[in-house]
Amino acid sequence: MIVELGHAALWLAAAFALLQALAPWLRAPVGDAERWTGLAVPAALAQALLVSLAFGSLVWAFATSDFSVKLVATNSHTMKPMLYKLSGVWGNHEGSMLLWILVMAVAGAAVSLADSPLGDRFRALVLSMQGLIALGFYAFLLAASNPFERLGVAPTQGNGLNPLLQDPGLAFHPPMLYAGYVGLSVAFAFAVAALLERRVGPAWAAAVRPWVLAAWAALGCGITLGSWWAYYELGWGGYWFWDPVENASLMPWLAATALLHSVAVLAKRDALRNWTILLAVIGFSLSMIGTFVVRSGLLTSVHAFAVDPARGAFLLVLLALYIGGALLLYGLRASTVAVGEGFAPVSREGALVANNLLLAAGLGVVFVGSGYPLLVDVMGAGPISVGPPYFNATFGPLMIPLVLLMAIGPFLGWGAARTDKLARKLAVPALFAVGLVAFAVAVWDVRAVFSLIGFALSAWLGVATLAILWGRLPWRTPRATWGMALAHLGVAITLFGITASGALTRELLVNLRLGESAEVAGYTMKLVDVAPVAGANWTALEATLDVSRAGKPVTVLHPQARLYTSPMMDTTEAAIHTRLNGDLYAVLGKPDGSGRWQLHVWWKPFVVWIWAGGLIMALGGGLSMTARASARRSAAEPVGALVAA
Amino acid sequence: MTDAPTPPARSWLTRLAIYGPLLLFAVFVVFVGSQLGRETRVTVTSKLIGQPMPAVSLPGLGDAPGLTSADFKAGKPVLVNVFASWCVPCRVEAPQLAQLTAMGVTVNGIAVRDAPDDVAAFLTTNGNPFARIGLDKTGQTQIALGSSGVPETFVVDGAGIIRYQHIGEIRPEHIELLMAKLAEAGR
Repeated sequence: MIVELGHAALWLAAAFALLQALAPWLRAPVGDAERWTGLAVPAALAQALLVSLAFGSLVWAFATSDFSVKLVATNSHTMKPMLYKLSGVWGNHEGSMLLWILVMAVAGAAVSLADSPLGDRFRALVLSMQGLIALGFYAFLLAASNPFERLGVAPTQGNGLNPLLQDPGLAFHPPMLYAGYVGLSVAFAFAVAALLERRVGPAWAAAVRPWVLAAWAALGCGITLGSWWAYYELGWGGYWFWDPVENASLMPWLAATALLHSVAVLAKRDALRNWTILLAVIGFSLSMIGTFVVRSGLLTSVHAFAVDPARGAFLLVLLALYIGGALLLYGLRASTVAVGEGFAPVSREGALVANNLLLAAGLGVVFVGSGYPLLVDVMGAGPISVGPPYFNATFGPLMIPLVLLMAIGPFLGWGAARTDKLARKLAVPALFAVGLVAFAVAVWDVRAVFSLIGFALSAWLGVATLAILWGRLPWRTPRATWGMALAHLGVAITLFGITASGALTRELLVNLRLGESAEVAGYTMKLVDVAPVAGANWTALEATLDVSRAGKPVTVLHPQARLYTSPMMDTTEAAIHTRLNGDLYAVLGKPDGSGRWQLHVWWKPFVVWIWAGGLIMALGGGLSMTARASARRSAAEPVGALVAA
Repeated sequence: MTDAPTPPARSWLTRLAIYGPLLLFAVFVVFVGSQLGRETRVTVTSKLIGQPMPAVSLPGLGDAPGLTSADFKAGKPVLVNVFASWCVPCRVEAPQLAQLTAMGVTVNGIAVRDAPDDVAAFLTTNGNPFARIGLDKTGQTQIALGSSGVPETFVVDGAGIIRYQHIGEIRPEHIELLMAKLAEAGR
């Protein structure tokens, strides 16, 4: 019954989305012709409420293991822990599309409830675009992937959820990612409304800024969580694989990063009008394309849920309508948007333009790398794979000038910047960069040029960013400046983590009998015991490894080789000892038949900095978001906020 | 901030820049649309499946005879195991190779980039399931076989045609599959 109510609520929500889409275009027959425009706000709120109900009823079906619902029967199991019963709601195609709509409706409600500096009509147009996009996804959900479908005969037990997905990191990774993807729909709707109303300018930029920052922060969090999950769950210590689906989340993030910086330029200097609009359109378009790629089975990946060409065709039509429509409108209107103001090359905005170009180039490189294998295969040249070597050789070098500039940009003022004090300000970061490189060569014995550049850049950016805050009273520093500084510091920290873990990782692969020990990076591990253990829906062999350093016990690691019962699947549960200066990462392999156990142990220096930096970036975005928008107010501020608008 | 309604005339280059994104997207849609429903390949198989064994002429261990192309024309399917003494998974699969030998399967070994002493020590520790062992000191034979790592195991039929490639160590659950492939190659 509750499930049927959820299904009905979804239909009703779709009706409200339609009303929301039409509201600003309706003309009331009597009285004020424009008064029906005001319907958009209550319609958006009603839609959000109804989708929440629908989502809630599906959650309820999963929580109570109602196997008469097809989706629950195919994806859940009574023996699963409650957290994973709930995360199972979005661990499948239909549920994740419902989550997509839920997040979209919540974003619409947020737009309805927030201030609307551009006026009620503009807000109604933004909501109309959101409603229009949502409608397509409602149609997709209700017609092609109904999550509430019942089975004629309910099975007594469900199929279970892929064990790799039964993990707290992954329980929260999709919702965060979706919040980012769908959050960008607000920027998209703002861009389309601005084109329709011909209101591209600083006021528009200031109004869209918090939405871009919110989406950017959520997307960053989602990507960070996903990367962390891959690191500890997949059992070989990698954190980024340049997998097509990872790239599908990285590309909107790169576009959003470029967008939030170009929004700053538009807000402050009224420059980059067309470019900013285009970025706003592209950001959400890439989110939709990413979803499409995952759902259509076009690219094979561990992330792909279902290979279904009919669904793929449906989504492709939606994409063609929305993205094609927006780009057509852009083409028609961009030629009528007066060119914004010009700018001096050496200035804050000059640095931001360079940043945008580099980010766009990086985006292009990732796009080409993700699509190229498909293209080559279609041309008949056989399957090829584009992996880390391509991305390291192309994306990496583009990030070098980007990070160099990131340190300098905040020291430049808006307009023609004074450069006389610049050299002195940058001397300290440069000194630290040289110092860290010398340290890496002398102490860590690093010789690879790419790694040394990574160390130099992380010190350069980190120290330059701290220098922005140096000598300022924390409570008198604008929140936007804090946000920018945190975000840049996050980049420096992540870069350091990537460089250090890449250059200094030590690996050990041994066969040990009980009682034997082996050594890696100064840590001695002794295999004390291997014993069976059992969980709610798995059994495992668990090793006990006593870890010591110079005779002193450090920790005890318990890597497991797990066998899940529903569905049947082997997984490895790595045992990880995390320290600020590195992780010990142990994986238990197979026995060799003669009483020895295969152990794979890594020492990964500073690897936790990668995700810490990612979260700090997102935190900076969140902090910046709460800063009051102030278009064109403090243009003279020399070291103000990078993204202050 | 409303813009002036009459814009200046634009060159075709500006127009191209403005409509460029739309054009690119149109190409994307057409391309992707034409590819929907195409079967996606999930595994990579060696190009050498169905091809004859490449010419092999490898020295043996000590006085033992090496491995030559003649060893693959015996009229009976054999396994070729690409291994190395420095490879840990190769130790893991040793009991399974022994089991296959005990089941009457002929297993020929190719030791890749290895020293004779190390191979001998490896065989002493882990047992020697091999009928013939060839020392591939430069790794050239491994490359000719289309093998990218160790261990890998090939099923070669009685006429010297490669019929199956198994990548990674042979685990107990793979024995049945390999026996089936051998039986198939023997038909």
